[in-house]
Amino acid sequence: MDFFSFGNIIVYIDKFIKFINSIFFLVLIIGLSFALIISPIDYLQGDAVRIMYVHVPSAWIGLSIFSIIAIGTLFNFVFKIKNLYLFVKSLAPIGLLFTCLAIVTGSLWGKPTWGTWWAWDARLTSMLILMLFYVFFIITFKIFKDSEKLPQILSAISILGAINIPIIKYSVEWWSTLHQPASIKIIGTSSIHSSMLVPLFLMLLVLLLYCALIFLMKYKTEIIKIKKKNIKRL
Amino acid sequence: MLTKKIKTRLFFLSSVIFITLLFLAFIYFSLKENILYFKTPSEISIVDEIQNNSKIRVGGMVKKDSIQQNNKEIKFILTDYKKELIVVYNGAVPNLFSEERGAVVEGKLNDKSYLIADRILAKHDENYMPPEMKKIFENAK
Repeated sequence: MDFFSFGNIIVYIDKFIKFINSIFFLVLIIGLSFALIISPIDYLQGDAVRIMYVHVPSAWIGLSIFSIIAIGTLFNFVFKIKNLYLFVKSLAPIGLLFTCLAIVTGSLWGKPTWGTWWAWDARLTSMLILMLFYVFFIITFKIFKDSEKLPQILSAISILGAINIPIIKYSVEWWSTLHQPASIKIIGTSSIHSSMLVPLFLMLLVLLLYCALIFLMKYKTEIIKIKKKNIKRL
Repeated sequence: MLTKKIKTRLFFLSSVIFITLLFLAFIYFSLKENILYFKTPSEISIVDEIQNNSKIRVGGMVKKDSIQQNNKEIKFILTDYKKELIVVYNGAVPNLFSEERGAVVEGKLNDKSYLIADRILAKHDENYMPPEMKKIFENAK
């Protein structure tokens, strides 16, 4: 179990960070040139479609990070794994960032297409609730820093938040909303033309790399903080 | 492998999940009507009485060749292919508002088939494609 010693883990994290740094700008330039220049305009929205290349991946990332956080927190509550606690703590701000990004870009897209910045329909409201859950989650870390009750409160928040996730996903199918239904389905064909799918997935890759970079840096900081408290093993 | 402590925690966790689901179900059933962002013209036509002062939102397709514009007033028919609703509106419409596209109108009902709107939102569907593809689709029809 030497792999999990502090020295080793920091070396591996540093290697990862260096690797991502070396390819990040290349992927970013390719992704952006596809999204902004090479990809065609939409037949109806014109150039506004390019907002989708940031909006859709950010929303996906926001949702999936909360799912990971919820699972991690519940495991931490049951099995008391200290490492999971650091993991969740480093992930939460990234999820908040991308949820906010999805809401802001969605709003920017909504003005020219729908004619309004915001509508209280089921999809938009449930997304706002997700953002609030992220905020609660992060505030709880700050307030109950070393309290015994921290895991309990965190798991309560993540249970409630996790129930919200399928509501966000299926809100556009269950209820009448202003937001359009999902274009990309796990099973079946997507209703986005393939020339627009390429920049979409490239931007997803860019944002995922960015997530990984920020996560590793934050995780490293958390590990160093613990090391300073003189605990020998995770 | 599972110690007694872990079993207690798991039991606690599942009871919390169960209770929250129960609560959410209650909330859902009491709010059912309000979650819908708009009603369809068919749903409007079966409403018993019209509340003159309350605003409602109705969504549907703008019927083909139904947009009449004079001065600033625009008049069109909103349809869900079963029932129709005449909508009158004063002001600018969103760019994407056009015939045979989805729209959501917000306003007051005059009677069951006549609505005075004070806001119009265009609804976008889930299809994204370049302009050339659209032409190919239309020629295929």
